[in-house]
Parts: sequence; structure tokens; C-alpha cells
Amino acid sequence: MSERLDVKKTYKLVVNGAFPRSESGRSYQVVAADGKFLANVAQASRKDLREAVVAARAAQIKWWNATAYNRGQVLYRWAEMAESRREELVEHVQLAEGLKKKDAQLSVARAIDRIVWYSGWTDKVTQVLGGANPVAGPFFNFSLPVPSGVIGVVAPQQSSLEGFVEAVAAPICVGNAVVALASELRPTPAIVLAEMTATSDFPGGVLNVLTGFTGELVAPLATHEDIDGVDLTGSGELSDELARLAAGSIKRVYRARANDDENSLRQLRTFVETSTVWHTIGQ
Amino acid sequence: MTDHSLTSELGGLSYDPAPESASIARLQPSYGLFLDGEFTAPESHEQFASLNPATEETLATVALASSADVDTAVACARRAYTKVWSKTTGAERAKYLFRIARLIQERSRELAVVETLDNGKPIRESRDVDIPLAAAHFFYYAGWADKLEHAGFGASPRPIGVAGQIIPWNFPLLMAAWKLAPALAAGNTCVLKPAETTPLSALILAEIFQQAGLPDGVVNIVTGDGTTGAALVDHPGVDKIAFTGSTEVGRLIQERVAATPKRLTLELGGKGANIVFEDAPIDEVIEGIIDGIFFNQGHVCCAGSRLLVQESVADEVLRRLLRRVDQLRVGDPMDKNTDVGAINSAAQLERIRELTTWGEEEGATRYTSACELPDRGYWFAPTVFADVAQSHRIARDEIFGPVLSVLTFRTPEEAVAKANNSKYGLACGVWSEKGSRTLWVAQRLRAGVIWANTYNKFDPTSPFGGVRESGFGREGGRHGLEAYLDV
Amino acid sequence: MSIAPLRPVDARDRGILVPAVVSIPTIHNEDELRRYLSALSGVDAVGVESRVAKLSTRSLKKSTKLTAIDLAISMVDLTTLEGADTQGRVTSLCTKAMRPDPSDLAVPAVAAVCVYPDLVAHARRVLGDSPVAVASVATAFPSGRASLSVKLLDVAEAVQAGADEIDMVIDRGAFLAGRWGQVFDEIVAVKAACGSAHLKVILETGELVTYDNVKRASWIAMLGGADFIKTSTGKVGVNATLPFALVMLEAARDFAEQTGQLVGVKVAGGIRTTKDALKYLVVVNETAGATWLTAEFFRFGASSLLNDLLMQRLKQRTGAYVRPDEFSGD
Repeated sequence: MSERLDVKKTYKLVVNGAFPRSESGRSYQVVAADGKFLANVAQASRKDLREAVVAARAAQIKWWNATAYNRGQVLYRWAEMAESRREELVEHVQLAEGLKKKDAQLSVARAIDRIVWYSGWTDKVTQVLGGANPVAGPFFNFSLPVPSGVIGVVAPQQSSLEGFVEAVAAPICVGNAVVALASELRPTPAIVLAEMTATSDFPGGVLNVLTGFTGELVAPLATHEDIDGVDLTGSGELSDELARLAAGSIKRVYRARANDDENSLRQLRTFVETSTVWHTIGQ
Repeated sequence: MTDHSLTSELGGLSYDPAPESASIARLQPSYGLFLDGEFTAPESHEQFASLNPATEETLATVALASSADVDTAVACARRAYTKVWSKTTGAERAKYLFRIARLIQERSRELAVVETLDNGKPIRESRDVDIPLAAAHFFYYAGWADKLEHAGFGASPRPIGVAGQIIPWNFPLLMAAWKLAPALAAGNTCVLKPAETTPLSALILAEIFQQAGLPDGVVNIVTGDGTTGAALVDHPGVDKIAFTGSTEVGRLIQERVAATPKRLTLELGGKGANIVFEDAPIDEVIEGIIDGIFFNQGHVCCAGSRLLVQESVADEVLRRLLRRVDQLRVGDPMDKNTDVGAINSAAQLERIRELTTWGEEEGATRYTSACELPDRGYWFAPTVFADVAQSHRIARDEIFGPVLSVLTFRTPEEAVAKANNSKYGLACGVWSEKGSRTLWVAQRLRAGVIWANTYNKFDPTSPFGGVRESGFGREGGRHGLEAYLDV
Repeated sequence: MSIAPLRPVDARDRGILVPAVVSIPTIHNEDELRRYLSALSGVDAVGVESRVAKLSTRSLKKSTKLTAIDLAISMVDLTTLEGADTQGRVTSLCTKAMRPDPSDLAVPAVAAVCVYPDLVAHARRVLGDSPVAVASVATAFPSGRASLSVKLLDVAEAVQAGADEIDMVIDRGAFLAGRWGQVFDEIVAVKAACGSAHLKVILETGELVTYDNVKRASWIAMLGGADFIKTSTGKVGVNATLPFALVMLEAARDFAEQTGQLVGVKVAGGIRTTKDALKYLVVVNETAGATWLTAEFFRFGASSLLNDLLMQRLKQRTGAYVRPDEFSGD
């Protein structure tokens, strides 16, 4: 009796709640940490990026118009989905990063816990970052954090799942939509996790994930005028040049720092705008 | 309504000139730089003139700081940061700021006169808005200096270090206060670069720092032009750049600091939409439109330069608006009854003329106040363009002058769409008696500040700043501290 | 009302446009009145108050100030409305009204003296054929708490006694209870009882409290036939204020634009200084315009204001500050 032949998975992009191949038809080989062939992954083009931004822009309004309570539930649902497919994620992280199983399990657990952490932030951030302002006059004046809009994320190259979660969950939890470039060499854990948004009640387009060559996609990401902010943490030595390009449309730019505290809200604050409303008070 | 039995001219009571006295300014003929608590000798620098835009006369000459001067200023600020200011407790920093606030109040009349002479804005505005708000800003941030652990940025937020601050010419002293007060409260030292055309009130402020006994080098002031600003932006000894000015320059600055560890906040241009619904309180709407675009000659980044009015009331609003525009008293900024003063510079006047010429060429209907303009100085009569389309340049580009573009809309959704159809996002106005709709609109506007049934109001407790190409970071309120803390 | 699409406006078109054709809307019933008033835009209190605060910073100097002081004097309704009023007091008031400053004949007479109905005849006798009008409060002033027949009799007697102007009070209770039709009908009835006498309708703004109410009450009064709308009786806690005056002047301006009918505005109660009076004139000047800058369309109901105007007038002319005893007490 012959051994059963595995059914291999095709890794595709996550755009607008669907799973397309690259419009270019291109793909590239991804190998595991041990150098063995892992998969042919879709190699996104600039056009795929453009489509993803269009989807993100449309989705962002729906996402922000949902209640904060609802956004928290959706993010929590995402954590539930990840938890139920934990073993699969562990396997992907193990292969991608070459970790021992135990370390991969810890990494996945931390990633899921961070989604849970962010799911709790959706309906706190307004109170924590906003407030009423006692202006010297007959006005009711309040400041609210509102999402910047569409955020382009260059996910960390090394930390395939935890780094990805850290980069996308924060902007999403405050109401942004994200177009993320997964780790070029280790894209599969991010793709698998992103697929789970399809079963987590995310409006399509809130999280879009592209796989491909970072060097090819980051410049169009940094210069795209309809992207409001960029997280360049995973762009390595290109980071400075990309930050310069991002200046063309006055983007908000975030780069994780070595000494970042995981409780810092710097990343959340980078991708929200404080909107202040004055209203007259009178009889 | 074709035959009029009677026309009641507004302003039947003509007002005799009521000029404020220029001698109150006590200006010196020439100024050096303010470095390490002292003014340098004026003759040790190349000098340039600061003009009174209402007369084109030279008020004083000021030093053009070279890059070597900027080096010195940054070195002074660094030394003051390391040796003095970082060792000064929050409570002591607070007291310096309270002192400064009081001294601004004490010298408010002099500051108002200097501001009006140097900038061209009406004395009523410098007296009633600029100077009191500048003092209030120092008062507000004084109180934060020893309470930073309660500001929501962690248990012991640290200052950033040396801040390079570049400010515009439209509210010279107020912008200096917006920059300096939070920076000093948070524990930073500063190098301030005032605008080329309006350096004088900052130099009076330097005298106030001396009177307050502020430690040497905590604030250094380098007057100059764009090259001075560039030297400050590029200086490796600066940890933080805060800039208020045009989006063009802001973009350059963001590019130049992109590859450095410098922190950056930008407060840039705008094309504010002032949205008027059919149920709005019409008489207050008219005043709000006037305040929105003609306050400070329209030299306001958050000016309500696009009027979006619901079609059902558009004719009525326009009729009343034009009547009111004609009433504006344009002329001598030193006259206490002047509503609209001088354009700040020949260059700005040229830009306004160019853009308004475009407006005519694009087919918008131009209405210009019949006010008489003085022969000398830089002047532009209050102007309204009707029949403006979204695609017209005058509906998209920031004019930064007393020029209003009027567009119409039919539904709240269309109003929001048109308001957001701009690369900018600084401020918007919403006028309606219906609270639920006002909040619905406010929630959807992409703007850092939204004024409902009012416009162009400012307060030190209220965060101000833009979204998209209007910049990032906030000035004012608890939020304003973030720009000067290492968080 | 609509106008042609916006176009470059000719100098002739500037200012307030008053149509030649008079067309006061006819109100047939309370529903129509309610619909009419509901169509008026609201008033934002903060906007009104900040507008007058800004106008209050206007600085009137030199000849402008002198012109304004003389104008203010000519607009005074010199008033005494006390239970202790006597013929003697009214005599001295009338004397002062005709010639406020006996040492300077260039000082204009005031517009009117304002007294209770029972002193109208006496005032009329003292004033003789001088241009100073006799105004009388009526309609159970100041509360208005009497039947309509009593109010109309009050008016008729005052007119009979020689009053040129009647200052009526509206029924604030009816207004606040939403019975706008009743308020309107009373004004119409009083107007009829006035005959050729001018009717000033006192809104008692201090009891209407909100600017929206004051705006609506102004329109009810104007639609009902008022020649003047007046802020206050001077008998309640809050009398004339600049914001109330602004709202009423805007209403009068809009009414003129819509109907061709010019209605005056009278501010009364609490205006004691020249500085205050000039602020009102600035508000008139910059909202309603020059047409209202005459005693025909703007009045100050006041008693002590006149002496301060005279003192400031003398100070403007001589440069020296004046002692209060320079002018007679009343």
C-alpha cells in the first residue's frame, strides 16, 4: 500500500477579502529555513498593490463606521480562529524561521495573545487618547483619535508571524485598513493568518496581504498618494530612502525602535489623527 | 426685486481714524541674534530689513544668521540642555513659564503694536487675539511642566533634547508661543527661527526671557531666511524639528530629516471647507464665513477658504455675504477700527494676484469689495469667487489671502465628499441647528479641527493640527506635549 | 426671497435693499403665523454675543464721536415711569427734553418724553408745539396682565390725551405658552386703537430669555403692525442688552427687505453712559445701516443717559472733564 500523497497548498494574495493570484501571473519559490522547497508564492506586482489600496480605502470607511465594540469582537474572533489553527501556524513558523517546535509554539502563542491585547484596545483608545478640552469660552470642545486611513506596512523580515501581527494589528484596531507586504523570504505564516480574517467577520479589504519582492513593492508603497501612513519596520536598509519617498505625500512614518516597550502606544498614536470638534454652547 | 425705493448704506456713520501709537513699539534700529541669553552685536552679522507691509518702510534691520551662527545656537542649546535645563525640576521650569506668561501680559500693548507693524495685521486682532493667546499658551504649558507623568505618555516621560523650531509669518508671536511653551515645559531647549518677514516680536520675546531670568541658552533665536532654516533642519545636533509653514517646505523638511533620528512635527497648509446647511443660523453664518476667510487677511492655514453652501440657501447666503464683505474696513492696520490689514509681503501679494487671475480665467465669477486701498504698502481687497467648480485651482490650491471660493452642495453626503476632496485636511466648519447632523458630518470630515457654528477659534487647551498633507502632530492641549517628549 | 445668480455687484446695489412694492404678508390664522415663524432661521447665542463683543471694540474719535453724541441725544425717549411721578416732575422733564443744554442751543432736542397715560395730557400741554413727541406706556404696563378690553381702553385714553406714540407690552405669558396667535391678535387690536399714533411694541426680552424667542417675537410684532419694536419695560432684571438689540435690528432689516416696511428699534432700560449708547449706535450702523440712524427708526428709552451724553459732549468740545452738576438733575 502506497503512502498517501499530501495535498499541497497554493499560497495566494489576500486582497479585498478574496485570495487572488498576482495579476502578473508571477510567483517565486520560497524555501524553508533548512533550504528545502516550501512553496511557490504569488509574486505581487505594482498593480496588485494598487488594487489592494483601492480595496483598503473602501473598506476603511466600513471598518471605521462599525462600532468600536464590534471591531473588538472581530479582532477577538481572529484570535479565536488562530487559536483553533494553532498547530498549523506553529508548523509554518517552525519551517519559516527554523525554530525548535517549543519556540515556535511560544512565538505563535505570543502572536495570538497580541491580537487579543489589541482586540481589547478598540473601545479604549478613544478615551485614552482623546478627551474634553476646557477652552476659555462658551464652547464644548472634545478631541477624538480617528484613524489615519490606509496604512502601508512592510512587515518584519525575520519574525514571520509575531512581527507581522505587531505591524498590522495596531493600525487595524484603531480603525485603519492595511496593505501589508509579508516577509519576503518567510511569507507563509502571515498568509495563513491573513486567510483567517475571512472567517472572522472582517469586512473584505481591511487587511490586505501581498507577498513578493520587497525591493520591488516598497517604493510604490511609500509613494502611493492614497496611503496615509507607512510602517517601514521591515524595510531594512531601504528604510531611510523610503521615509524620504513617503515625505512626498506627508505620510505618517513608523519604524519600530530597538528599545520599544511592548506597552508603548507609539505605534497606535502614529496611525491615529486627533480630531478636535468645537461646538457653541448657548440657549 | 428690481425697483428699490430706498437703499440703506451700511456704515452710514463714518469713523474718524483711531490710530494706535507706533511709538509704543520702542524698536531698536538693528538687532543681533539671541544666543546664550545675550544679543550679539548687530554689526557682527549680515543684516536684512524687516518692512512694515502697510507702508513698505523699514522698521528695523535684523541679523541674517549664517550656518556658523546656527552651529553656535545649537551648541548653546545643547550646553543649556545638558548643564542646566535637564537638571531643572519640572516645578522650577513651570515657574519660569508662568513668569514669561506674566511678562507677555505686562508688555502686551507693546507686543501688539510690534506685531501689527511687522506683520500688517489689524491692531484689533494682535491686541485681542495674538498676544492674549500667546500669554495663555505659556500659562497653560507652565502648569504641565511638573505634571508630565500624568499626561498619558508613561510614568516618567523624558524630553527629546534640542528642538529646532521654524515658524511662519502669519502669527509671529503666537506661533513662537505654540512652539516654545510645550517644548520648555517638557524639558527641551530650543533654537527658534522666526519668519524672514516678521522677526521682531520674537526679539521682544527674547528680552522677556532675559527679564524672566530664563537660564542662558535655553532658548536661542536665529533670525534669517530660508538658508537659516535649512541649516537648522540639517544640523546634526538637533534632536527634533517642529515646523509650521507651507506644505511645499514641509515636504522638503520631511525628506531632509527622513534618514536621521530627528523627530518631526509639521503644521502645514490647508483649504478649509466651511459647510453651511439650510437650517443654519444665517446671521451668525455670515459672520462665521467672514471670520473664516478674512481674519488675518486670510493668512491663516486653517482659513475657511472654500464655502460649501447648500443650494437651497445659496442665493440668500451669497447676497448677505456680499453685503457684509463690502462693509469690511480695509486699511491702516494700526487703526483700531480696521477689519482687514495689509498683505504681509510683496511676494505673498503676487501669489494671491496670480491665483485670483487663474480664478477669473477658469470662469469663476469674481466679486471684489469696493473698498479703497492705500497707495503704498501691500494690499488686496476682500474677494469672493462664486460659480466655482471643484476642479478650479482656486478650489484646490491654498491662496493664503482674503479670497473665498463659493461652491454648493445638495445633501450632507455630498457636502462631506466635497469637503474631503482635497489633499489637505486641517480644518472645517459646519453650520447647522441640527446637532445630530453636525456630529454626523464632523465624524466624516477628514480634518484635524472642526468648528461647529463657529470658526477660527483657538485655545491653548485645544489640540490643533492637520491630517494628510496638512501635516502631523498636534499643538495645544495634552496632545501638544507628545511632540516634545521621547515617547 | 431669491436674487439673481451671483454676479459682480454694482455700487448701487450695496447696503440694504428695500423693495418699492410694499407687501406685508397677511396672516389669516395661527397656523399661518406658526409656519411663517418656523421658517425663520435660528440664532446662535455664541455668535451673536461674539459679534457684539467685536463691534464693542469700535473706537469712535473726534468728529465721529461728536456726531454720534448729538445723534444719541436726538434719539432719547426721556422717560419717567414711577409711581411717584407728579405733574411737577413731568414739567421739568419736558423742559429738559426740549432744550437739554440751555447753555448750548446747538444741542438737539430729544425725540420724546415717555410717561404713564395719566400724565400724557400734562406733558402735551408743557411740550406745546415743540418737535418733542409724547410717548405713553399703555396696555397695563409693565406686566400686561389685564384683559384686552382694559388694555385697549388704556391705549385709547392715552391717545385721546394727546400721545403721539404708544409703548405697549406683549403678553409674555401667552408667548411663552406658545399662544403666538393671541400675542399677534392683541398687537393688531392695539395698533387699531392707536389710530395715527405710532405703536412701539415692548417684547420684554429679559422675560423671553432666548434670542430665538426675541427674533420670533420681533417678527410677530412687525407682522402685527408695530412701528417700533422695543426691548424692555425697564422694570425687570434684564433690560436692553447689545445682543438683544442686534437680533432685533437684524429682524427689522430683514423685515424691511422682505416687505418694504421700515420698523424702528427702541432699546430701553439700563443704558446710562455715553459709552454704552455709542456701542448701540455702532451696532445699528453696522447691521441695519444708516436708515436706522435717525430718531425716526432708533430710540433710547432712558433717563440718566441724557446727562452723561451732555457731559461727554461738553468734554469733547472743551477737552476738560465735566462735573455732574453742570447739568440739571432732570
